[in-house]
Amino acid sequence: MLRRLQQLAKPMTKPDTSKPVLRLRGITKRFPGVLANDNVDFELAKGEIHALLGENGAGKTTLMNVVYGLYQQDEGQIFINGKEITIRDPNDALENGIGMVHQHFMLVPVMTVTENLMLGHEALHGLPVGSLGQLDKEKVSAEVKILADKHGLTINPDAYVQDLSVGERQRVEIVKALYRGAEVLILDEPTAVLTPQEVDELFEIMRSLTKQGKSIIFITHKLGEVLEIADRISVIRDGKVVGTATPKDADQRKLASMMVGRDVLLRVDKKSAKPGKVVLELQNLIVLDESEKAVVNEVSFTVREGEILGVAGVQGNGQTELVEAITGLSEVFAGEVKLLGQDVTSARPRKITELGTAHIPEDRRKDGLVLPFPVSDNLFLNTYYKDPFSKGTVLDESEMAEAAADRIEKFDIRTPSSSTSVGSLSGGNQQKVIVARELSRPVKLIVAAQPTRGLDVGSIEYIHNRLIESRDKGVAVLLVSSELDEIMQLSDRIAVMYRGKIINILDAKKANKEDVGLLMAGVEKA
Amino acid sequence: MDVAFISGLLFLALIKASPIAFGAMAGLMSERSGVINIAIEGMMLIGAMMAFLGSVLFNDLTGGLQPKLLSLTIGLLVAMLSAGLIAFLHAYLSIHYKVDQIISGTVINLLAIGITNFTANAYIDQVGLAGLGVFPTIEIPFLSQIPVIGKILFSHQPLVYLMLIMVALLQYALFKTKWGLHTRAVGEHPRAADTVGINVNRRRYINVTLGGALAGIGGAFLVLESVGRFQKLMTTGRGFIALAALIFGKWTSVGALGSALLFGFSEALGVRLQLGDLNQLEILVLLTGMVVTLLALVWLILKLIRKDAFQISWRVILSAGLAGLALLAWATSAEFSSVEIPVQFLGLLPYILTVLVLAGFVGRATPPAAIGKTYDKA
Repeated sequence: MLRRLQQLAKPMTKPDTSKPVLRLRGITKRFPGVLANDNVDFELAKGEIHALLGENGAGKTTLMNVVYGLYQQDEGQIFINGKEITIRDPNDALENGIGMVHQHFMLVPVMTVTENLMLGHEALHGLPVGSLGQLDKEKVSAEVKILADKHGLTINPDAYVQDLSVGERQRVEIVKALYRGAEVLILDEPTAVLTPQEVDELFEIMRSLTKQGKSIIFITHKLGEVLEIADRISVIRDGKVVGTATPKDADQRKLASMMVGRDVLLRVDKKSAKPGKVVLELQNLIVLDESEKAVVNEVSFTVREGEILGVAGVQGNGQTELVEAITGLSEVFAGEVKLLGQDVTSARPRKITELGTAHIPEDRRKDGLVLPFPVSDNLFLNTYYKDPFSKGTVLDESEMAEAAADRIEKFDIRTPSSSTSVGSLSGGNQQKVIVARELSRPVKLIVAAQPTRGLDVGSIEYIHNRLIESRDKGVAVLLVSSELDEIMQLSDRIAVMYRGKIINILDAKKANKEDVGLLMAGVEKA
Repeated sequence: MDVAFISGLLFLALIKASPIAFGAMAGLMSERSGVINIAIEGMMLIGAMMAFLGSVLFNDLTGGLQPKLLSLTIGLLVAMLSAGLIAFLHAYLSIHYKVDQIISGTVINLLAIGITNFTANAYIDQVGLAGLGVFPTIEIPFLSQIPVIGKILFSHQPLVYLMLIMVALLQYALFKTKWGLHTRAVGEHPRAADTVGINVNRRRYINVTLGGALAGIGGAFLVLESVGRFQKLMTTGRGFIALAALIFGKWTSVGALGSALLFGFSEALGVRLQLGDLNQLEILVLLTGMVVTLLALVWLILKLIRKDAFQISWRVILSAGLAGLALLAWATSAEFSSVEIPVQFLGLLPYILTVLVLAGFVGRATPPAAIGKTYDKA
């Protein structure tokens, strides 16, 4: 009875969808050779969280950049509270109450929070000498404090942005938009850089903002988050809105197939692991950064045949350096790396490769591929110097062409031809080129760093299946990922990395997402 | 070694530092907004020549009836305008045409050498244009009467005062005004500036061009306050020294002035020693002692403030301090034979001393994050 009363007392905060604060009609945006947005209609009600769901490159961010004035639409209209407006630049958007939190934060690291907030519309005092007028930082700092407290966002106005955590920077971005008078808030992939706990905090903030009458457009490609927080969900694919749903009448499977345009397996089926001999063994590995600080600090673990060891952790906790040390790309300060019983500490990358290590690097465009080179050349970067691709010092091009055609077919690489430059392929196909190169020879160990970052659901499924397949063939797999879902789904054991240390190694069967999330944030259970 | 000797050196140091400080400020305006400027040298050279031509030709055209001071001032303005124009060319090449900024700067340096050498050969030397002389010294009332300091600081020609004012003004403007905030934002994170409605490229055009005008003053200084006429390649690398001063000064005008003063001081010392009336060995030992002692002192202070975060160990600081004091004691007690050091080596002195001291005093400087990158909206 009491519970029922409480439920009744709770005001129904259902957003009123009849009078949208923001309405887009027939927005079309073309780039040379690409139709980024094709006749898009979109509505945002007051007090609503409207999710814009779609794969990378589907046109979500382009659409929002049009709304925010970073691009101009080629066709179509934008209405605010029923009135048509033209948005030529971000200033127009801000004046109409539209604020945006970009995926890559638009904050100047070497400035204070206050300086960042006042940038673009400065409060001045003293002599009226135009742009040489003196900045009134005290006034802004005080205003910011009041505004932040009102919305329950704790920030220190005098801190330098470079000293803040990612979550704090995001709060600064939100306050920045509010400070400029935003009524409509566009959040572009806001959860991509956050720990699970920070995501929860962000969702709290979003809910409290909508209670105060703000409206939010939430851009993401993560299905679970959409169902948790959104009032309405619009799915965008190839620049078109393919449907709008509410969390009540949608589930992950349905949304995924709307996003991709076909049915997708969301769960990875895998048999239980049959670990064999130790393949990779690390002992008290220490790697220093440029300022001689230990970024990998006394890390020890082993990876066995036929198992996947997942290294979980928020980006920037030493995973990159760990992978570089294992693959011979950076110097080891102390400790030992053993591969198949051989000491390969600080060995040359080629030796490590030839012992049977496949490396799927974190940044495929920078470290994985030579972008201007054709697909075929990229497929042989690790074997070009060997028989049968090399006869003495001369490359055998016909042999390579044949093998390339074979691999393109076998790994389902969608490319116009094997001589197309790899830089012009989509992210998913670029990753397939790397996978094809690395796995087309006998391997004992796969080191996969962020292997599905920025890929669409279809490609993620493909990469996951390949990793599982290799594991079942008896290959040892070291998977480094900041996507917790990926770690949970694929790993047999989970090592959590925090500030350069492995703070715990869990059995994946017994681990749950919350515990791993807490460990990723550095919270060790008592 | 007496007070008059030292104060004379410092007086000369300030003069020698002035063109470098102007050049460094030109670099500051440009680089803080994200445009690398290695063309300071060329801008100064153009400024020097145009200051000369401007003042002389104005004087000739008006039949020599106008006061000399007016002609010199016209020359200064012409120098600012033409160096500003050349700077605008740099901005246009690197912003509009997205030419690599190092290449654009090199092109402008070569262009400036070509233009000035050609004009000097084909016109100035042919016609035999003579200079009008230099700006007079202005003794600042009362202040110039202060013993020692008055002589060092307050009895200079006008451009030295202008330099000091500009350094203070720029330091204030960069960190306390709207212009400064925009400039720093554009140089650090142009996209962030763009998303809050700041016109990135416009800010860069304006800064590079105005900076060019400052470099023009630096070049004009050499003609209007020093030599009195134009000579081919008369900037002799001061534009590049200015760039170094900017970097050592960590992209602040006060820091750049500090580095420029150091260079000016060693240049002044080199000039002074060439007169040959002093015991050169004694002076060199004494100065080395002073520098090493000072270095040890600065290290000591930094160590006390930053504790373990400061990388130099106690042992090194202690030995540096002792070595410095020992050199000082040696210099004052021992008799030195008077050896002639070749003039060429004395000419090297400023460069060597500058590099040594700055490498010891100044840690790693971080340039503006977006420096050298063109800004594309898409």
